[in-house]
Amino acid sequence: MVERNKTFQVVVHGIMVLLCLVCVLPFLLLIMSSFADENWLIMNGYSFFPAKLSADAYQYLLVDSSSIVRGYMISAFVTVAGTCISLVMTTLMAYPLSRKDLPGRYIFSFFIFFTMLFNGGLVPTYIMWTQTFHIKNTIFALLVPNLLMGAFYVIMMRTYFSSNIPDAVIEAARIDGAGEMRILLKIVLPMSLPIIATLALLTGLGYWNDWLNGLYYIQNDSLYSIQVLLNRMLMDVQFLMSSANTAAAGNQQMGPLPSTGIKMAVAVLGALPALIIYPFFQKYFVKGITIGAVKG
Amino acid sequence: MAKVSAVRPVKEKKHFVRYLPLYLMMVPGIAYIIINNYIPMTGIVVAFKQYNTRLGLYNSPNIGLKNFEFLFRTKDALLITRNTLLYNLAFIVIGTLFAIAVAVLLNEIKIKKAQQVYQTIVLVPFLISIVIVSYLVNAFLATDTGFVNNSILGAMGKEPVSWYASPQYWPFILILVQVWKVFGYNSIIYFSVLVGIDQGYYEAAVIDGANRWKQFLHVTLPGLKPTIITLTLMSIGRIFYSDFGLFYQVPMNSGALMDVTNTIDTFVYRSMMQLNNVGMASAAGVYQSLVGFVLVLTANFVVRKLDSENALF
Repeated sequence: MVERNKTFQVVVHGIMVLLCLVCVLPFLLLIMSSFADENWLIMNGYSFFPAKLSADAYQYLLVDSSSIVRGYMISAFVTVAGTCISLVMTTLMAYPLSRKDLPGRYIFSFFIFFTMLFNGGLVPTYIMWTQTFHIKNTIFALLVPNLLMGAFYVIMMRTYFSSNIPDAVIEAARIDGAGEMRILLKIVLPMSLPIIATLALLTGLGYWNDWLNGLYYIQNDSLYSIQVLLNRMLMDVQFLMSSANTAAAGNQQMGPLPSTGIKMAVAVLGALPALIIYPFFQKYFVKGITIGAVKG
Repeated sequence: MAKVSAVRPVKEKKHFVRYLPLYLMMVPGIAYIIINNYIPMTGIVVAFKQYNTRLGLYNSPNIGLKNFEFLFRTKDALLITRNTLLYNLAFIVIGTLFAIAVAVLLNEIKIKKAQQVYQTIVLVPFLISIVIVSYLVNAFLATDTGFVNNSILGAMGKEPVSWYASPQYWPFILILVQVWKVFGYNSIIYFSVLVGIDQGYYEAAVIDGANRWKQFLHVTLPGLKPTIITLTLMSIGRIFYSDFGLFYQVPMNSGALMDVTNTIDTFVYRSMMQLNNVGMASAAGVYQSLVGFVLVLTANFVVRKLDSENALF
């Protein structure tokens, strides 16, 4: 029996290691190919073991062309600003809804929940944002539509508040004369750091990975976030050459654009920040998924 | 009597003043939800109009169901419905089975550290935007420089395949990509439920002589049931929707693959942005919103009849 259990454990570990490899190997192919010599790539294709290495693609993307650096800055700004505003709005919405004594809380909760069941779709949404709010080709297009406050996150946070903060604590603070805002800031928030970290990560990831708002509302090269840039380059690598702010556009010594390798390098650059931050937030991320699965 | 009616308004006023700060807190969020979600809902009237940019969404002339007639006369209507439904069905069935299998394996692992490492790694694909996923797929499938054509088919002495022009492979590719991307996420959910199952049940099962399979059937599966129902219900509610990036970006918008990659979402986008056909796009969008809404209500209704504890609402 013990012997059988041992074999069983080995088999389970074997399968899990294999699955982990399946998750990670595509990224390895991406990274190795991004460091391959352009001519070698054209002859041999993308490979895990390129025989000739070169950092030309990165040299081009990070030094010779300004598009990627600018895309990074736009993505970083949108991610930080969007996440901060979103967290404030989500908290301010979720806290009152978590108060069991608030008159009308069910009506407000339903008002939020209903948006998860029904929506107007792309056409009216697009017409509203472009014709009424004129956000086309502005930074607001990357910040506001769809991403600023999600019903799902509000409900997640509300559930967390109402199941982790005892009513008695709030009641005691009220009797001591604390105002609602003070209660929220001084008592509720310090007790809710795990959910805040989780939502910060999920919202931040949502902003960093978003390319749809860019696809719908941005046609101006200088406002391309890194994901929008990636999206444009997948179809057309030459786009980098033609984009107006390429420092090396007129520089003939550059030689041909290492387009095959660049494709992989740019994807590595787009994926990197999320992958670097992830291990530090991993704990909260797993927790967030679990909280999200509990219906409120 | 008079005394009571004199007191009540004061009490109600106090009540309102007391909760006013809480209501004020909700103002930004509610304003945003009204703009971002509810105004576009009223905008679905555009599907019943001959949209004219100059007149605007609400003032364009009514044309009744003309847009829908046009939509359902095209062969696309059936195609996009079929693709959206069948892909989602495949995602639900294969994705759920796979996620449960991984969760069960994860739960069998005795070394806590290893368990945590596996958990972390299987979530990595979930962190990446679908645009980057399409680069990953492209690294494998590109016709001239792809890994599969060069290093696998080439080494076996086989002819390269032009993947982006061969629709027969794409149902498998898309299902593989989707399962690869989300199985980690779902297995973590199932895993967290498994951790919560009382070990006593397993011990009792072992005493009764149940082998691993029997334990799975009689302890694990019943424990997972509520979560399976909730997650499946949520997926059924989304069965008329598709991940636009997966069906547009991953196949690189290839025209040759349209028959197997066109879903309601890609159809709406192409009609709207590329063909500038607002009527067709809005008709398809309303078709999606309404049928999706009915489906989620129906699914929830059925679950509530069978097993009211697990209904979503």
